[in-house]
Amino acid sequence: MAFEGLADKLQTVFRKLTGRGKLSEADIKAAMREVRLALLEADVNYLVVKDFVKRISEKAVGQEVMNSLTPGQQIIKIVRDEMVELLGGTRTAMNIASKPPTVILMAGLQGAGKTTMCGKLGAYYKKQGKRPLLVACDVYRPAAIEQLKVVGSQADVPVFEMGQIKPVEIVRAAFDEADRYGYDIVIIDTAGRLHIDDEMMAELKEIRDFAEPTETLLVIDAMTGQDAVNAAKAFNEEVELTGVILTKADGDTRGGAALSVKEVTGKPIKFLGVGEKLDDLEPFYPDRMASRILGMGDVLSLIEKAEAAFEEKKALELAEKIKKDKFDLSDYLDQMQQIKNMGSMQDILSMIPGGNKIAPGSIDEKGLSRVEAIILSMTPEERKDPSVINGSRRRRIASGSGTSVQEVNRLLNQFGQMKKMMKQFSGKGLGKRGKKGFMGLPF
Amino acid sequence: MGFFEKLKSGMKKTRDNIQEKIVSVLNSFTRIDEDLMDELEEALILCDVGAATSMKLVDRLRGRIKSEGLRSAEDVKNALKDEIAKLVDFEDVPDRFPKVMLIVGVNGVGKTTSIGKIANLYKKAGKNVLIAAADTFRAAASEQLEIWADRAGVPIVMYGQGQNDPAAVVYDALDSAKHRGSDVIIIDTAGRLHNKVNLMNELLKISRVIDREFPEAQRETLIVLDATTGQNALTQVKKFSEIVHTDGIILTKLDGTAKGGMVLAIKDETGIPVKYIGVGEGIDDLERFNGQEFADTLL
Repeated sequence: MAFEGLADKLQTVFRKLTGRGKLSEADIKAAMREVRLALLEADVNYLVVKDFVKRISEKAVGQEVMNSLTPGQQIIKIVRDEMVELLGGTRTAMNIASKPPTVILMAGLQGAGKTTMCGKLGAYYKKQGKRPLLVACDVYRPAAIEQLKVVGSQADVPVFEMGQIKPVEIVRAAFDEADRYGYDIVIIDTAGRLHIDDEMMAELKEIRDFAEPTETLLVIDAMTGQDAVNAAKAFNEEVELTGVILTKADGDTRGGAALSVKEVTGKPIKFLGVGEKLDDLEPFYPDRMASRILGMGDVLSLIEKAEAAFEEKKALELAEKIKKDKFDLSDYLDQMQQIKNMGSMQDILSMIPGGNKIAPGSIDEKGLSRVEAIILSMTPEERKDPSVINGSRRRRIASGSGTSVQEVNRLLNQFGQMKKMMKQFSGKGLGKRGKKGFMGLPF
Repeated sequence: MGFFEKLKSGMKKTRDNIQEKIVSVLNSFTRIDEDLMDELEEALILCDVGAATSMKLVDRLRGRIKSEGLRSAEDVKNALKDEIAKLVDFEDVPDRFPKVMLIVGVNGVGKTTSIGKIANLYKKAGKNVLIAAADTFRAAASEQLEIWADRAGVPIVMYGQGQNDPAAVVYDALDSAKHRGSDVIIIDTAGRLHNKVNLMNELLKISRVIDREFPEAQRETLIVLDATTGQNALTQVKKFSEIVHTDGIILTKLDGTAKGGMVLAIKDETGIPVKYIGVGEGIDDLERFNGQEFADTLL
């Protein structure tokens, strides 16, 4: 894809800035340009972008850069936090009527995926032990009723239809049906309509007024561009939405429409449609969507995890030791345990942009525990000064840790090389940087 | 209503929107300065032209302002119109019969509806049309297409439910077309997201069946794009044309407020032109697209 993640781009913008405590206005401006482009490429509406970038700039200017973060990450964190907030903060669940049936009205433009979504919701509620009923009110599109019937039979959910008569009449009869047979969730499929088609919008309003739905949901294609705001606004004004469902999110679109729609309607996004099968329905999580729009892995949780795992004090001690060339195997063990505190290597990699491309299994999780075992099988004296470890000690350590002499040798060699490298660095002020850049990770 | 009027009325909303925006920008500026350029860029982005292409267009405009010494906002407008026209203009290959048209695209863009309209167009031109219902996947897709075939008054080759080999439908349809002496065979395919490898391979198989069974026919593959789609449209076109050679675009749902500006970026990057536009749900609501006229109606 032509567009790389925002994280990478901001990294480039800020590379020259490391070491500075504050960001200048010009730095922010350069960064905001990248943020703006990233959002536009993701189809976030232009006006929403403008507003958003303005807010971000205000937050970014003057904020002190956290010790452990590069300015790039600082900005990303602000952008992402703000975006998560904009997308609704936390997940919003579907409402259930206190007195059944719960009525769900589906609305949207043509081809957004309403009918398919009706089937998915039917299956979703059925799984929860509810008794859903699908109501076919798309009386215009050729074979729409037929499609709902097929979808309903796949989901094993009954479909109520009366052919091509007035939708309100169908809903009226469907309510009677629900009453009679005890259906507690009534999902109304409606025809796709353009938001500027007054006649059709009036019809939708009539259905809504009669049905008094618990949930009025706008179904919108995740690939929608700048026009998403116009449609969402019009639907919200006409029938007052309670939420939004984003479909076709299994494509490779960044889905900026989500942000636009949430921003103009203020209504939460409740579900994502992620495929053509009935169970291809996912609850919507604002934080995941934010990462997707920004085109980044979950870098921030990685940073947070890293911060939690590396205790400041220990890091300082460590830096001091490296400086004085007193870094020993106990410290090495310490470091390793801190990395382990961050989670499995696979987890950590999946949070780095591009890291999830590394095939699962190519990381030897056990390798770390073996190294740990080897060091733990050493005496304190040996850990402090590995040079005392002779052949017989090696054999003892190997059998004590359940490894082989070769593995013990390998570890000792690696440690020796590491110390050599540290010696070279310590002259150049590695101590000052402390934990930054550890293992070549970007923090 | 003549063709031109129809095109104009069909695209009125689209045009009104872009025009309004750009004209209002132009009118509010008496001088040509960087602010004007920024505003023009913004107007283009709002039409889904995309940031990169918008900047490119405005950059070219900047160059022309300099080299041609443009002074008035009116001159700038004409220059921009010119640039857009240049971008979307193309020369169409003349029809040669028999002709096999393969219609592809992601889900919900309006493939089936567009096929009904194209069938109607060729039928009206006195051609024998045959429709093949090779969307064997989506619930009731064949039934929907059958209704459109009825409306257009053309025969359709379709399988009953439970049959799910689209390539087999295509094979039968081509066989039937040869016997009937059909001029135009239009093949409907299932909507598929371009990042689904298996479904894209299925499309490749259909394409191979056409090449093998009917090599003498002229082939035309059209990708249907929803005008409301944003920047992902470019990826769609690229991915589909990696699988099947794509000759053009049918741009649907232009009767809404969406501007379909991404076709500029698509033409710019891939060279694939818009050939038809869909402007409503009626069977006659499809028009051949003309690049020059499009630009003229825009500004």
